[in-house]
Amino acid sequence: MKAKKNTLLKIYSALIFLFLYAPIAVLIIFSFNESSSTAQLTGFSLTWYEELFRDAATLSALKNTLVLAVLSSLIAGLLGTISAVGIDSIRSKRMRRLTKSVTNIPLMNPDIVTGISMMLLFVFAGRLLGRSGVLGFPTMLIAHITFCLPYVILSVLPKLQQLDPNLAQAAQDLGCTPFQAFIKVVLPAILPGVVTGIMMAFTLSLDDFVVSYFVSGPASQTLPIRIFSMTKKRVTPDMYALSTLLFLAILLLLILINFAQSRNEKKAKRS
Amino acid sequence: MNQKPSLGKRLLAAPHLVWSALFIIAPLIMVVYYAFTDGNGSFTLSNITAIPDYADTFVLSIWLGLLATVISLIIAYPLAYFISQSKLPVQQTMIMLVMLPMWMNFLLRTYSWMTILEDNGIINTILTSVGLSSLRLINTRGAVVLGMVYDFLPYMILPIYSVMVKLDHSLIEACQDLGGNKWDVFSKVILPNSISGIVSGITMVFVPSVSTFYISQKLGGTSTQLIGDVIERQFMTANNYHLGAALSLVLMVLILVCMAIMNHFSDGEIETGRISA
Repeated sequence: MKAKKNTLLKIYSALIFLFLYAPIAVLIIFSFNESSSTAQLTGFSLTWYEELFRDAATLSALKNTLVLAVLSSLIAGLLGTISAVGIDSIRSKRMRRLTKSVTNIPLMNPDIVTGISMMLLFVFAGRLLGRSGVLGFPTMLIAHITFCLPYVILSVLPKLQQLDPNLAQAAQDLGCTPFQAFIKVVLPAILPGVVTGIMMAFTLSLDDFVVSYFVSGPASQTLPIRIFSMTKKRVTPDMYALSTLLFLAILLLLILINFAQSRNEKKAKRS
Repeated sequence: MNQKPSLGKRLLAAPHLVWSALFIIAPLIMVVYYAFTDGNGSFTLSNITAIPDYADTFVLSIWLGLLATVISLIIAYPLAYFISQSKLPVQQTMIMLVMLPMWMNFLLRTYSWMTILEDNGIINTILTSVGLSSLRLINTRGAVVLGMVYDFLPYMILPIYSVMVKLDHSLIEACQDLGGNKWDVFSKVILPNSISGIVSGITMVFVPSVSTFYISQKLGGTSTQLIGDVIERQFMTANNYHLGAALSLVLMVLILVCMAIMNHFSDGEIETGRISA
């Protein structure tokens, strides 16, 4: 009876994974197709990969995306950690609740509303300053930092709450300045939270389309925006080649992370 | 000893407060401002009074979003349970497999469905090659719901899995020892203890589904216009920021109301769950 139920669940899970991966498999298979047809396989070729690497616009969009993701996740990581320490030291319950609900607004709001609201702000500010065409890389950076911040704060705050407040006090009693106490005692304890937050921010920034779409200018395309404008027309399989490469990069990254984690766990067990 | 934190430490919250005021609160004020003004900056209600023209679009968006959310929940729940019951290495691999598609650009994943469902796409090519007549799959509401379920399913699986994996097995044993059958175990132990995961899963699928514009553009054609499409058009092609802001304001309020209703019900559930368990 139990075995039968398990087999059913196994078949069920296999079907769901088939559903999740079928479209990705289609992308990968047709990226090697000889013709530009996306329905019939005519033969194996690497034409679309060559095409992709000749496409300067896509490559510069890739560069923009990476620069934006690195900058916004690092700035959000720094600002978020400082903010979390500040929020953690607020004692008034009402003030705390208020700060937390404001922090959560970008998490609750649909992306499209976050995108258009920031676009309106930038356009309005541009008009006040008498400048047109304010949208570009800086506005995108501000928008990305804004939607990344809550994730950093929410992953650092629990670590701070677990920390014994007397530890930092003790460090200060032993002669540390408050800043030294923070660096020597608090930071090592909350570092895992900071790293998780920065990693989440990085992936969110890398993948974001909707918010970037509204706050980017014509000269500052990111990869998702480039993909969007390419999929408006009938696309050629070089987009498929691009997604295959992205998929492989992510797969490799995940396997490496998993590998590092299991090695750490083994190390922890041994010691 | 609970000393009052120093002024310097409390000042650390300041950058965040300033940032939030500038880039979270001010943009929302801008939405309200644009919604209630016209091109010359003078007060008007005409943007708001134009909203009823889009009532059908709002209803359709919420209906399709709800449909996608319910289907995702039904698909995700058993899978999350199965994953949480597997051996640890299997669990880790399966969770990785669930997360992997999430990290792939959703535009490309949606686009891939387009090539599968098209009139001369993969499914129809297979159908006609075995002598069957081709089906109309693309540019239907069904295709849009499929796209939503496909894109956001991992967001339903992960939160439900993360609460189920923490479920204390002695609770299930206790329920069985007290004479509970399988249904009792499910309805009195597993379900009440996974409500918080279900609630965050529903939020994470419903909000992006209701407000999407890419999925409906690619898979719904011109027949399925969602509210996201209308808003996107106001900002990117029609250049009517004022109407777009009014529509966004209504969308935001509607989503907040939906969330409030759901939180209300889920709080009730958690309460009864505690009493009966």
